[in-house]
Amino acid sequence: MSSKQKVVDAALARQFGLSGEEYDQVLIIMGRVPNLTELGVFSVMWSEHCSYKSSRKWLRTLPTTAPWVIHGPGENAGVVDIGEGLAAIFKMESHNHPSFIEPYQGAATGVGGILRDVFTMGARPVANLNALRFGSPENPRTRQIVDGVVRGIGGYGNCVGVPTVGGEVNFHPAYDGNPLVNAMTVGVARKDRIFLSAAAGIGNPVVYVGSKTGRDGIHGATMSSAEFDENALAKRPTVQVGDPFVEKLLIEACLELMATDAIIAIQDMGAAGLTSSSVEMAGKGNVGIDLDLDSVPQREPDMTAYEMMLSESQERMLMVLRPDRTEQARAIFEKWELDFAVIGQLTDTGRIVVRHKGAIEADIPLAPLADEAPIYDRPVATLPAPEPIGPVHDPVGLEQALITLISCPDLASRAWIWNQYDSTVGGQTAQRPGGADAAIVRVEDTSIGLALTTDCTPRYCYANPRSGGAQAVAEAWRNITATGATPLAVTDNLNFANPEKPEIMAQFVAAIEGMGEACRVLDFPVVSGNVSLYNETRNPDGSTRAILPTPAIGGLGMLADVEKHVGMAIPRSGVLILIGETKGHLGQSLWLREILGRETGDAPDVDLRAERRNGDFVREQIISGKVAACHDVSDGGILVAVAEMIMAGGEGCELEPPQSGMRPEAYWFGEDQGRYLLAVNSDGQELLHEAGMRGIPSRLMGKIGGGGLTLPSGATISIPRLRAANAAFFPSLMGA
Amino acid sequence: MKAGIVVFPGTNRERDMAIALRSVSGRAPKILWHQDTHLPDLDLIVLPGGFSYGDYLRCGAMAAHSPIMHEVRKFAERGGYILGVCNGFQILTETGMLPGALLKNASLRFLSQDCFLRVENAETPFTARWQKDDVFRAPLAHGDGNYVVDEKTLEMLEGEGRVAFRYSASDGVVSPQDRETNPNGSLNAIAGIVSSDGRVCGMMPHPEDLVDSLMGGEDGRPLFESLVEAVVQ
Repeated sequence: MSSKQKVVDAALARQFGLSGEEYDQVLIIMGRVPNLTELGVFSVMWSEHCSYKSSRKWLRTLPTTAPWVIHGPGENAGVVDIGEGLAAIFKMESHNHPSFIEPYQGAATGVGGILRDVFTMGARPVANLNALRFGSPENPRTRQIVDGVVRGIGGYGNCVGVPTVGGEVNFHPAYDGNPLVNAMTVGVARKDRIFLSAAAGIGNPVVYVGSKTGRDGIHGATMSSAEFDENALAKRPTVQVGDPFVEKLLIEACLELMATDAIIAIQDMGAAGLTSSSVEMAGKGNVGIDLDLDSVPQREPDMTAYEMMLSESQERMLMVLRPDRTEQARAIFEKWELDFAVIGQLTDTGRIVVRHKGAIEADIPLAPLADEAPIYDRPVATLPAPEPIGPVHDPVGLEQALITLISCPDLASRAWIWNQYDSTVGGQTAQRPGGADAAIVRVEDTSIGLALTTDCTPRYCYANPRSGGAQAVAEAWRNITATGATPLAVTDNLNFANPEKPEIMAQFVAAIEGMGEACRVLDFPVVSGNVSLYNETRNPDGSTRAILPTPAIGGLGMLADVEKHVGMAIPRSGVLILIGETKGHLGQSLWLREILGRETGDAPDVDLRAERRNGDFVREQIISGKVAACHDVSDGGILVAVAEMIMAGGEGCELEPPQSGMRPEAYWFGEDQGRYLLAVNSDGQELLHEAGMRGIPSRLMGKIGGGGLTLPSGATISIPRLRAANAAFFPSLMGA
Repeated sequence: MKAGIVVFPGTNRERDMAIALRSVSGRAPKILWHQDTHLPDLDLIVLPGGFSYGDYLRCGAMAAHSPIMHEVRKFAERGGYILGVCNGFQILTETGMLPGALLKNASLRFLSQDCFLRVENAETPFTARWQKDDVFRAPLAHGDGNYVVDEKTLEMLEGEGRVAFRYSASDGVVSPQDRETNPNGSLNAIAGIVSSDGRVCGMMPHPEDLVDSLMGGEDGRPLFESLVEAVVQ
């Protein structure tokens, strides 16, 4: 395909994902009909994926600042101060559409892309996490997608040598045609050595490093900005192929160069590759940029300008260097056996000019490309009220219900997954997956610990997007708090269906409102994020299936003294104490779904003031050394949380009877928020007294000991039985 | 102890190894580049874990032919100590410095978990701080750790006490057919071996990742303490 051959018109623009109005705007900006390459540049820059055109209005309402925030949204990743002259740099990003089409490469390149967002800023990546949503376990394709995604995440993360320390997984039929793969990377840099993307210095060289450019992933950003239909799998050529070995070399080479003063600006080539990196760097720096595509390292012959500008080949970076340091930089990249090419320079024209084989292939003014990008205030419907919960009765009793719950897909042991991820490389992982409510990674050569988690409860978000949005933030905050760490900031990954539908926009807007309120009350600002829309599948009959609204939250917290953190494993002796109020909320609970087969009722209320008060109390108790283990009470309620602590620690617990006046199933399996189980090595009276003095609801849950989980009736469920029930799901689903 | 750690393109556990060596010996190791053709004065060379050359072709196969391996071989001939962990073990078998090969795990999946190792020979420079039959914990993280060797060589390894470590249960029971305790399916549950002169050791699990109680234990320290002691003698 040559840019001269194809006729550019509104119909072709539509194929490229531009609406009629958007194409008219292109004509006005250009003052002429754009050529194919130019149309390609507009279409990717104005895609939902790159422009956030449906979401921007609402993203602006999120709180993004705090005294410890160094860089909020707008850079490649968020940056927070963690003391001792260091900063944590982190972000979460989706790779949903590619992971459905080609699970292994989709997930692998998702990890690769988010790693680049973080080391682009000068940070050595120290941890990866992920948040995964798969379709129904009964759907035969689910097994294949789980297998590919898990292998892909492991294949990439293990090879680059960044430990995968945490994550979450849900199964729900709403994800049958549209699984979600959200990957998060956390890195650490010196606060005074953070690299940004705004280009500067007219005449400075624009340098391309990393892998060669091939014909893969062309129009990936556009593909990710449309819903799937029955032909989705035919889009495989739009999926990129990753090479973690090259990424590892790129990390080391970039960090080596970053130790010098050669780099003025740097940006990874992610979605929309060379186009978005060059446009964004020049645009942010208010300069122009000239690119000479003949100098671009190419994997295959006869690539056109259009193909090179739109390629999403992986493991590539674009840099603006000090001219007098170019040769020093070249030597570093040659040492690491990576391509290094000067492909252009900065200009004062305010335009991007692309040359190839002696011809100008694109000439576009940068300011309108960015400033006049469409932004939509899409119609928002009124949210439907949650379906009434309906009559509740307990047909099975506590013991059977507990076994059913801990063996269900959403609560079963994830060991099958995390045993395929290298969680220890780096030698700093103090809490691996399953050891604590948040993963704990020490910052090398310091006593600082980072507490990391990903959280979202999509069924709450579907029933009540506002509560669900708040709950996702609150749960991340709680999981960090439960280790003793202080929550600092979040990255969000907002996965929703088609924003052109008012009922979907309503979910989006309400979820953001809930998130924003929780972030404000909990002092937990959003510093980076990603929006993934159009996560729905069109059936052959024309109907569509939307995913559950899934605003995944990646939370980061810190401990000044990492030795003070606690895990969730029940200790050898002492008592368990519950902090927080139990009301017995069964709406949208896993008990309701797994025992009565219903997803009804409202999501649990999130009382943010109580959340804050309870959490601050718990953290204080942990840091003062009074707590041996801590676990938050979430999916499955108190009894599941107790069972999880028992399974992790290998010690039993004899439970006290429930609060009077509450149905047993509501007490034991209700999913009220803002609650924690604390294990203390004493009789617990001091802690209960302290909580009482502070007006914090607390309750003695039971005495640690015995051979298992002993219910108030006296019946004991042995630890081996609990573990066997918990372990079975993944191996039986995956046949291994 | 003067130690050097070789970094190949794709090596990723050199930092872990450096931390462990520094913590036990009090001395920071030198980092050696795969293209080096001259070695500094060293007592120990470590080939650390990772994915040298992306594991392309075959794990360790390309690293075995890199310039520094020529020097490493000469270092071994001079009686220097060499420790290869994970990818380092694979490289040592690819160079022929240790016998056998490491195939894909029996499960055909990458495995990352703690395992227990039983010390089979406590009279090597790598194991002297343990007693025979001691059991210790170590993380493993590999896709290709399934040790195989021909029958005759196996007999020789077993007969000469060259099996240093075997995968076992926490109580020391070894069951080669049991995937719980011999996770990658290694022949005779072999996790680590030494050369005929006892100065070259290859093992799949990572003792360097368990030298700090904060990270879950110090089970790996005796290996490095043994080396420090051997060098002093």
